Amino acid sequence: MSIEARNISKSFGSFVALDDVSLTVATGELVALLGPSGSGKTTLLRIIAGLERPDRYSGPILFHEENVASRRVGDRGVGFVFQHYALFRHMTVFDNVAFGLRVRPRRLRAVKSVIRERVDQLLQLVQLDSFATRYPHQLSGGQRQRVALARALAIQPKVLLLDEPFGSLDAKVRQELRRWLRRLHDEIHVTSVFVTHDQEEALELADRVVVMNEGRIEQIGAPDEVFHNPRTEFVMNFLGQVNLFGGRVEDGKVLFSTLALDSPRHAQLPNQPVKVFVRPHDFEVNTQPNGQINLRATVSRVHSAGPNARLQLVAESGESLSAELSQERFRDLGIRPGSQVFLTPRDVKIFVADYVI
Amino acid sequence: MAATIANTNSANAKGYPGSAVLEPFWIRWLLIGVTLVFLALFLFVPLVAVFTQAFEKGWRVYLASLKDTDALAAIRLTLFVAVIVVPINTLFGVSAAWAISKFEFAGKSLLTTLIDLPYSVSPVIAGMIFVLMFGRNGWFGPWLEAHNIQVIFSVSGIVLATLFVTFPFVARELIPLMQSQGTEEEEAARVLGAGGWQIFRRVTLPNIKWGLLYGIILCNARTMGEFGAVSVVSGHIRGETNTMPLQVEVLYNEYNVAAAFSLASLLAMLALVTLVLKSLLEWKGIGRKTSEAQAYIGD
Repeated sequence: MSIEARNISKSFGSFVALDDVSLTVATGELVALLGPSGSGKTTLLRIIAGLERPDRYSGPILFHEENVASRRVGDRGVGFVFQHYALFRHMTVFDNVAFGLRVRPRRLRAVKSVIRERVDQLLQLVQLDSFATRYPHQLSGGQRQRVALARALAIQPKVLLLDEPFGSLDAKVRQELRRWLRRLHDEIHVTSVFVTHDQEEALELADRVVVMNEGRIEQIGAPDEVFHNPRTEFVMNFLGQVNLFGGRVEDGKVLFSTLALDSPRHAQLPNQPVKVFVRPHDFEVNTQPNGQINLRATVSRVHSAGPNARLQLVAESGESLSAELSQERFRDLGIRPGSQVFLTPRDVKIFVADYVI
Repeated sequence: MAATIANTNSANAKGYPGSAVLEPFWIRWLLIGVTLVFLALFLFVPLVAVFTQAFEKGWRVYLASLKDTDALAAIRLTLFVAVIVVPINTLFGVSAAWAISKFEFAGKSLLTTLIDLPYSVSPVIAGMIFVLMFGRNGWFGPWLEAHNIQVIFSVSGIVLATLFVTFPFVARELIPLMQSQGTEEEEAARVLGAGGWQIFRRVTLPNIKWGLLYGIILCNARTMGEFGAVSVVSGHIRGETNTMPLQVEVLYNEYNVAAAFSLASLLAMLALVTLVLKSLLEWKGIGRKTSEAQAYIGD
């Protein structure tokens, strides 16, 4: 079941949560809505579900080419997983999962034995079959999350919507559950959209990532694409660490800090001020000049607990910078706080600065 | 240091105050002492007095004064009023609390304040308002008289006045509870296809049942015990419009002390039963809360 939302706007009083947003999700896809808080990602999810009504002049919401905008939330056939799970606190795990099947109108309702069978299957699927008689408050965060998922899947939804599904779990559980959800999705292939503010989560889990900011979509693309080819300054900034320089493009060269970089890619740009971004891992770090252009800098701090060593540096020209290199290279170079190093940018991203005066 | 932190935490988890709020020994005992003496003087002693007075002339007089026709009529009337008022105010309280805690609308804070009005208005004034509206010289008086309907000095007046005085009890109990629970569970039920009534019966009601029961008990206690407002509108007709508290006053004014106190002892017993039920419910509610809290701490 594909999802298409066209020209959706939503304001709460004078606050514009969504500003003319359009989104298409293909059948069976797993899409992440990624953005900082207040970017409108949860509002978009709730509008797709039918929990929120878009502004009057908004376009339609299509499920498999069929407009569901006027349909009530209960009739849209969506599974929704809430950020804080919203489990029914006075019901057992079993009753929580069975709820959606039991509230159906009598003529559509399955008989008791069928409901029981279906719920048992779902509890097996989320690996909670031995917890059927527990109450939500007797479960851990990760278990509650899985109950919420089983409950959403019980009504055999055509689309599955998840609001910050791993938001309130600790790092370890979050990672496990993330992989588990990906496997589950590959197994049952229900069209899914999830909201997150964690770029790592979005990049690891989703087929496509929708980066949102201030009620607009900044970029839509595969994780690789949005990470390596960010289309806007915001996406560059939001997906990972950056070093930012104020610079200029002049006669096909990019000038920033003390460097003049030949950049054939930007040769056709007119001369103008630009913003230059370099990711920490895109600096090559040497203790001797390597014959290419170099930024001379002094190491001020070293974080070497992690898969890579991260350096905080102060450039000769005064900017504070960060760089990242492999543990192996870090040991070979023998860097410690106070060391002099030479940084060669391997890749720079340039965005035309829009100075508003 | 680590040990200190662990200690404070475990103390807090068990509900004991942390050392930061522990006052010196004598201050604690002074506070406890003052509270106990006050309670003894103003609650315990009067309660004992009611029962001693009631039984002063022995069991037989006690039972005889309860079997008196007027006394029985008063008991019947009080129960009758409660049977009407409590369900109506329960319905009103639930719908008001539902509206206030689950929806956003203009004038919400004004409505919340209005619900508290009976708490801040003297019951006598409440009674006077009804006389002003429905009395012979009141606004609707001529119309009512023309249609042969009597409100003041009749049971319907008593019911109206009691309704007014007791309508905040259920709502007041439920609003904070429902606000703290939020609307997520209702939303979840709606997404799963439940209709409005199903959501109320299967999700909202079970979540508020203890608070609701508590509100109903308090509402009932006040309904049976209300004096001021009822006294103004009832007209004190023996065997007809005298509720239990009014009958107690009538008997007392006639120096029929034993009869007055035996009826009063019934009201006092109602209060005791209410208290026991209330603490049972609180104990049950707290029990649930602690186990939930511990589950969360355990996470």
